[in-house]
Amino acid sequence: MYKIMRKKMLNEQVVLMEVYAPHIAKKALAGQFIIFRVDEKGERIPLTIADYDREKGTVTIIFQTIGLSTGRLAKLDEGDSILDFVGPLGVPTHFDENVKKVAVVGGGVGCAIAYPQAKALFNMGCEVDVIAGFRNKDIVILEDEMKKVSTNLYVTTDDGSYGTKGFVTNVLKDLIDKGNNYDAVVAIGPVPMMKFVCEVTKPYGIKTIVSLNPIMVDGTGMCGGCRVTVGGVTKYACVDGPDFDGHEVDFDELMRRNNTYKNHEKNHICRLTGGVRNG
Amino acid sequence: MADMRLTKIPVTEQDPKVRARNFEEVCLGYTADEAVAEAKRCLNCKNKPCVSGCPVSVRIPEFIEKVSMGEFEEAYRIITSTNSLPAISGRVCPQERQCESKCVRGIKGEPVAIGRLERFCADYVMKNGGVSAEKPDNNGHKVAIVGSGPAGLTCAGDLAKLGYDVTIYEAFHTAGGVLMYGIPEFRLPKAIVQSEIENLKAMGVKVMTNMVIGKVMSVDELLDEGYEAIFIGSGAGLPRFMGIEGEGLVGVYSANEYLTRINLMKAYLEDYDTPVKKSNKVAVVGGGNVAMDAARSAMRLGADKVYIVYRRSLDELPARKEEVHHAMEEGIEFLILNNPEKILGDDEGNVRAVECVKMELGEPDASGRRSPVEIKGSEYELEVDTVIMAIGTSPNPLIKRTTTGLETNNRGCLVVNEAMKTTKDGVYAGGDAVTGAATVILAMGAGKTAAKSIDEYIKSNN
Repeated sequence: MYKIMRKKMLNEQVVLMEVYAPHIAKKALAGQFIIFRVDEKGERIPLTIADYDREKGTVTIIFQTIGLSTGRLAKLDEGDSILDFVGPLGVPTHFDENVKKVAVVGGGVGCAIAYPQAKALFNMGCEVDVIAGFRNKDIVILEDEMKKVSTNLYVTTDDGSYGTKGFVTNVLKDLIDKGNNYDAVVAIGPVPMMKFVCEVTKPYGIKTIVSLNPIMVDGTGMCGGCRVTVGGVTKYACVDGPDFDGHEVDFDELMRRNNTYKNHEKNHICRLTGGVRNG
Repeated sequence: MADMRLTKIPVTEQDPKVRARNFEEVCLGYTADEAVAEAKRCLNCKNKPCVSGCPVSVRIPEFIEKVSMGEFEEAYRIITSTNSLPAISGRVCPQERQCESKCVRGIKGEPVAIGRLERFCADYVMKNGGVSAEKPDNNGHKVAIVGSGPAGLTCAGDLAKLGYDVTIYEAFHTAGGVLMYGIPEFRLPKAIVQSEIENLKAMGVKVMTNMVIGKVMSVDELLDEGYEAIFIGSGAGLPRFMGIEGEGLVGVYSANEYLTRINLMKAYLEDYDTPVKKSNKVAVVGGGNVAMDAARSAMRLGADKVYIVYRRSLDELPARKEEVHHAMEEGIEFLILNNPEKILGDDEGNVRAVECVKMELGEPDASGRRSPVEIKGSEYELEVDTVIMAIGTSPNPLIKRTTTGLETNNRGCLVVNEAMKTTKDGVYAGGDAVTGAATVILAMGAGKTAAKSIDEYIKSNN
């Protein structure tokens, strides 16, 4: 059992949890993920590690309550325990030493993962522009934290209720066109956002790293559920990723495969809650 | 005098029509009377050919003699003196290729039903409260086992019997490896696996779940923690795909994923959260036990049509004979001498059909089996909504990537000598991590050999 030491709502749907898992905290690095299972009947769900504290022995996860399992996890409180919590899985993000100037693009809850990446790069002495996109003002998260680890922070909202109106891709393209010579772009967020960021950077030949979130079961290189096509070759996000060269990823296939159980989950939640979605 | 009837005492099975739609165990096992009657068919041969066919050297005629006398607990003790997991091997061993293939009674008639008798003894003891586990005196030496599948459990059991302080590190949330995630409930009830693991725990074996060695700790760190030897039984790894068009479509599974969702995550039970596709028409590609398990599981989830698509003929099917027979009884259709060429999708990227080509048998290949050759122009579309690839796996890469001095061959399998020692001192390995996808009993045999080697190694160092 893995105890929840701290719980904080970052907005109505996004939850931060600090979980006591000293073995994992000792080894975790930016870009890696954990798999949790809330209870005996729960699914195994991967979440990228947002932060860790080796001294306190805790691992921080930040997640949006979008599905059945994240909904059930969000219902737990400080002091409660998660049945299973395993990691650190996946290959840590690797940055070339020659990388001096980077744009880190986060979309929605993806900012929770973009933030530690920005922090790692900033602490390496890089110039880091963070572009964080949200649907509207109410769901902006981690603004102060991102400000602290960036040279410039650009917040966008789809409806213009906060920061710049529009998408992260518009800001990114502007910055590039204004002469910012990025050595690399890191994009973490919804799959369509990552796809469009890659479409922006490709003509400029800027290396773009994306962190993928395919459907996974075991997360240890056994089931093959998380396979993605990268450069025409089958790769497994759990042991070869989750970071990949965004210009090589078949995002359309990933989007289709991620929707495999969409209808199933809708029905399942209806059965469990008598039609009322309380996740 | 032995009972000279030519055929095995039949065993009760669930009716094929009924069982094809439930996950309860297919074979119900012998009653005590049936077991005694079958045991009486054994000639108790002096040279014991059956034992030579057993990878874990079960003292077969000795235990069968006890069964024939109704001394079931004593029979169980004889079995478990060399086999820590009899309820499992009695159910899943390919006996027709091992012990039973060597049985003298098989020359004229059917061999003695050794597997059924082994299972009977294990079930009998389990049902009647078990025999008290003898917990040997701790000899003060620590051994770590990576992976709790059949290889790891057997190695752990044998070392515990010798007094070693054994800790198993398991990556998943439940111990058992392929016995839990791979082999379905209807062939190997999970309560039985857990009961065998409880027997090991009663002997002092510790099991640490959620520990992915190679990630949370390396093999070198385990050695630093004071383990004098390590056994790696990390099992089969990433599933193989054919590399044909359409494998990224929605509705294409590896057998590993399909079976893990059903067995480990219990997707077939309404109140568990893990989903699995409810399919109408399913093509399972491959002809091994895993393919049979996937096909029969798909049928139990309610599919109308389930096909096994296999490129060779029935004679070459690598699956256990009993599984093929059961699958046929349950209505699985065997499209033998058929090979998938591509998987076709609809506009939304869902599987709609497999394009297959018919094959014929040509000259024998390197494996000695006649190699299948395509019949030109015989392509056709097989309409399905789900495709399950059951064509094998390659070993898990995590441990190799994080351990210095551990050699692998060109297929990624750990290199070991005949004593199951790897290229790294104090580190032994066995099971699918060494052989690539193989059987439970071969993994158990490897675990057993490794335990003996580890014992010799530690003794020679002290």
